[in-house]
Amino acid sequence: MRHKVFPRPFLSLTVFLLWAAITNAASIAMLLLGALLAVGVPLLSRPFWPEPPRLVRPWRALHFLGIVAIDIVTANWRVARQVIGPLHRLAPAFVEVPLDLRDPFVCTVLASVVSLTPGTVSIDVDQRRWILLVHALDAPDPPALVREIKDRYETPLKEMFAC
Amino acid sequence: MSTVAESTVAALVVLGALFVLLGSIGLARLPDFLTRLHGPTKATTLGVGALLLASAIFFSTGANTGISLHELAILFFLFITAPVTAHLLAKAALHRQVTRRDDTPRSTTTTEGQSGS
Repeated sequence: MRHKVFPRPFLSLTVFLLWAAITNAASIAMLLLGALLAVGVPLLSRPFWPEPPRLVRPWRALHFLGIVAIDIVTANWRVARQVIGPLHRLAPAFVEVPLDLRDPFVCTVLASVVSLTPGTVSIDVDQRRWILLVHALDAPDPPALVREIKDRYETPLKEMFAC
Repeated sequence: MSTVAESTVAALVVLGALFVLLGSIGLARLPDFLTRLHGPTKATTLGVGALLLASAIFFSTGANTGISLHELAILFFLFITAPVTAHLLAKAALHRQVTRRDDTPRSTTTTEGQSGS
């Protein structure tokens, strides 16, 4: 039954919270409308969604979001200093990160996180060899960057999605 | 609106503007397409984040309004769309092979975008 009404519980929750945010949660009527959308939108858009892996450790996910938020702030600071400093000291590089993940959805999350944290942009996910191609603004030691991405982001993602 | 809220809003607005400015400086100074990509995509995360937070606090602590949550929605959409934009730009760059440094116009006064390089 639950599966029929909420085929995507997280999508439903996201739609509801977004609706509440957009309407400023102004009235009960608006929240009710949001609840209707939270049921309707996932049902109607169901054929378009890929089958996502199950989130097995939600608390781990919150912890992960916290790490990403801190990384965004510290790395922003670092990139800001690099951008106004002497440019010839920068060592821009393409870095290939071999992935242990095999799920397209989780790979997308990983690639997005890498792009959001300053200094690195995901360029491509090679789904035949499972390699994430990353461009780094300053990577004097590429293997260290690969290790950092794998330890800091990939391992927690793998644990919380159990894939 | 209390002094604490006012100074927090002021600090966040200045911080946000500073990071957006730094993102633009990066766009102007960095030598080639892919390094330039780092400037603006990053400014949006922290710079616009701080500005939106300031906006949320300002309108939430205002005289006759309730809490303001629009900004959270903006932030959410920004955070899920920014990587997609960067990804598409980078893919287009690879496809057109604009990865070499000497191709890019160095002058900050050039009005042409990097796409022409």
